[in-house]
Amino acid sequence: MNLDSLTHTSGEWLRGSGPESDIVISSRIRLARNLAAFPFTNRSSPGQKAEIEALLRDRVAKLDLEPKLGYVNVPTLSSLDRQFLVERQLISRELAAAEGPRGVALGPQETVSLMINEEDHLRLQVMRSGFTLDEAWQEIDRVDDALEQRVTYAFSEEFGYLTACPTNVGTGMRASVMLHLPALEYTKQIEKVFRALQKINLAVRGLYGEGSRASGHFYQISNQVTLGKSETTILNEIHSVIPQIITYERQARTSWLRDNRQGLQDKIARAHGTLCSATMMTSEETMELLSYVRLGINLHLIEDITIPTVNELFIHTQPAHLQKLMGASLDGEERNAARARYLRTRLREAGASPN
Amino acid sequence: MKCQYCSNPATVHMTDCVDSQKKELHLCQRCAEQHQMVKKQELNLPVIVQNLIGQHLGPHSDELARLTCPACGIKYMEFRAQGRLGCPHDYIVFRGGLAPLLQRIHRSERHVGKTPHRSVLPPEQQAERVELRRRLQSAIDREAYEEAAHLRDLLRRKEATDESG
Repeated sequence: MNLDSLTHTSGEWLRGSGPESDIVISSRIRLARNLAAFPFTNRSSPGQKAEIEALLRDRVAKLDLEPKLGYVNVPTLSSLDRQFLVERQLISRELAAAEGPRGVALGPQETVSLMINEEDHLRLQVMRSGFTLDEAWQEIDRVDDALEQRVTYAFSEEFGYLTACPTNVGTGMRASVMLHLPALEYTKQIEKVFRALQKINLAVRGLYGEGSRASGHFYQISNQVTLGKSETTILNEIHSVIPQIITYERQARTSWLRDNRQGLQDKIARAHGTLCSATMMTSEETMELLSYVRLGINLHLIEDITIPTVNELFIHTQPAHLQKLMGASLDGEERNAARARYLRTRLREAGASPN
Repeated sequence: MKCQYCSNPATVHMTDCVDSQKKELHLCQRCAEQHQMVKKQELNLPVIVQNLIGQHLGPHSDELARLTCPACGIKYMEFRAQGRLGCPHDYIVFRGGLAPLLQRIHRSERHVGKTPHRSVLPPEQQAERVELRRRLQSAIDREAYEEAAHLRDLLRRKEATDESG
């Protein structure tokens, strides 16, 4: 599979459509599965990992999926390409950094990604734009059923799907919803939301999962419990809480507009202006400013840029994407200059250049 | 000083500047991590698992500490150090240590939810396969090729029965 063909596009999950897509960026479900007859990845010899990879790769290729999945052999990738896949959320940082035989099967729209020899032998992932957990579940359940016909999973009646880490055992499912919450963050109500979520055992993470800070005002909300609750129960719990957060964010936006319309307009215009004219731009600053532009579009304060464009810019301005777009390896300073240049061009193309 | 979110002692102190407004935070490590205020320490999950296991070792610790999985060969203490199990069979072998841990993480010790449609391999057979693979690997490492060939045949025969079954 040729990764360069992906460079100028973006995945389905950045389409910026689907239910509640002004606030919900994407919905994602991941399932952890292992083969019954092998030690877990961390305990497997290089030879065993090769055997696992060959076996799963073969079974995945035989899946009756339309359109077919492409396969990427991760050890043969440059570190830039691995980082590129991490930025697109198609592989985990763990898979990128791991050693030995491993790979990922990808659907053409980037909604499906099957990682082989991650912490577990198999990590299935389905990601879609908007608040679409049910659709994501139906799709991943179908892929899981199809695979189960061809491989023997490690499963026990008592503990469910057996995983390398006891935090994933049972359903092996992690369902998460990525939210854009600039107004809750600005009004500092976000901490209240966190506390409420913590009480019902839901975790909050940043854009790139565990260990990443919530840059660009993006938050991923996911279940922590995987044992003792069915997939449906877990999904329902997330389902019942997200609409409340969406309502809070909308209310916060409304009162921000009501109480300080000029201030907010100015903030958004300055963010937009900086992105259109700066000559050096760090990744962090880009996230922060694009976040305000995204808010501005949703509040109809910016008219000539679309949500898919902004969504795409969040990903295209990440270090590996930027270097692949420029076709050159760039150090930190060079990246900041290239990033600013890229942003100026893209935003001007969108007819958004202020005069 | 106490953590602003819970009553644990605050060990993380920071000043965040957002839009030139200063915001002071005093949190415990756990809350700080949960709220993404600090980067989770590398391999944080194993550390948490390790601490959880440690807290529940209790009076059985000697007994648990001596356990080794006959299938994959991992020792209980290795699991404790790494936070990762070695093979599916460990859930049975280390049950005594895992039960309180699962209770603490999931508040449950029993699976509810999806079950494979196909009949699954019985636990003792799963363990047998993993053990055969370990013996095969060890024969290869020792360059005992005859033994390795024999074990490989045995594994193939057993796996052929699974596929037809």
